[in-house]
Amino acid sequence: MPLDLEIVSPEKLLLSRPVDMVVIPAAEGEMGVLPQHSPMILLLRGGTIRLYEGNNVTDQFYVAGGFAEITPERCTVLANEAIPLAEVSRSEGERRLAAAEAEYNAADKMDVPALDAAMDKMQSARAMIEAAQAA
Amino acid sequence: MPSLKAFRTRINSVKSTQKITSAMKMVAASKLRRAQMQAEAARPYAERMERMLGALAASVQGSPTAPALLAGTGGEKTHLLIAVTADRGLAGAFNTNVGRATRQLAQALEREGKTVKILAVGRKGRDYLKREMGSRLIGDISYAGRKRIEFADAEEIGVRVTTMLGSGEFDVCTVIYNRFRSVISQVTTETRLVPAPMPEGAEAPAAGAAQAIYEFEPDEETILAKLLPQALAVQTYRALLESAAGEHAARMTAMDNATRNAGDMIKRLTLNYNRARQANITKELIEIISGAEAV
Repeated sequence: MPLDLEIVSPEKLLLSRPVDMVVIPAAEGEMGVLPQHSPMILLLRGGTIRLYEGNNVTDQFYVAGGFAEITPERCTVLANEAIPLAEVSRSEGERRLAAAEAEYNAADKMDVPALDAAMDKMQSARAMIEAAQAA
Repeated sequence: MPSLKAFRTRINSVKSTQKITSAMKMVAASKLRRAQMQAEAARPYAERMERMLGALAASVQGSPTAPALLAGTGGEKTHLLIAVTADRGLAGAFNTNVGRATRQLAQALEREGKTVKILAVGRKGRDYLKREMGSRLIGDISYAGRKRIEFADAEEIGVRVTTMLGSGEFDVCTVIYNRFRSVISQVTTETRLVPAPMPEGAEAPAAGAAQAIYEFEPDEETILAKLLPQALAVQTYRALLESAAGEHAARMTAMDNATRNAGDMIKRLTLNYNRARQANITKELIEIISGAEAV
């Protein structure tokens, strides 16, 4: 029984199709989702979503972060931004990393939420560069 | 009775006005289609976000640590009104409706002894509100010259609202915009953003037990802290898109009416012009005939 995967960004529905397994970059580590998974709501970090059919990876998407909702029948990824891996640009990733580092350095060292936010952005930008290299 | 030349110039000027209004109508129609498509494309994300928020809200309900975006600050002393209007006019009562609704709401709140702050999105609303209630206006945002509204724009407003809430600048936030119901009808709507309105069914999970037994990773509060600002941005985005679609629809209707009115006017003027022309001819004939008779 396949798993219905949906990838949605705020601007549009990017993908909706059945897959055998999907690997998503959850905040606490990559996570493989098979059909009949127990219901979960996850926070995502920047990383790559891999779609499996049988044992083969059929598609890969870079996501900048977001949320995922898993039920036994479906997996819904609410991505802040999702790009097919082949279209990820390395220079864009580097630009974002530089911007995030600048933000981190500019932030008040006592302002923990701001530092966390900048760290998240740095992580997401690094994942973007990695994704661009892998493509 | 004006001279024939005066009639001719007048008819020509009305004709060129008609050309402009009918071109504007055409442009608005094609922009409307694009705006509608954009609004439709944004719907799936908003729906799923709402479902997730419902599940999360149900699980942290009643917890004293619920974030301010969800539960509010506890008071309702200061109200922030976000008025979403267009950047351009010539769209019938589109901008005026939002302006008037904002003013009425602000006055009603002030009568109850509350403080009102206004954030104007769109140039027309800013102008109106600056004139009518300049002292309450705390800022304005304009997308003039922009082809389309991006999600990042809504996020920007979301961040601004969240920061203001964090520093205790307001307790309740309401957005006032024109909801696109159909091409001929845009409804001025007030939607509360903060505290977040409960999605329906959050109190009693209607979809059976499956709704209630989600696991959360990392944990509810961490996810909620990220999800709520995002949900706020999504709602703002929706308001902006609805307003954009409404603007083009309103302009289309207004320009359609203007084109028709110009057509009526041309018809009337042409009739009068012909009457004047015939009267002139008759007068000249009478002069000639009476001249001939006198000889």
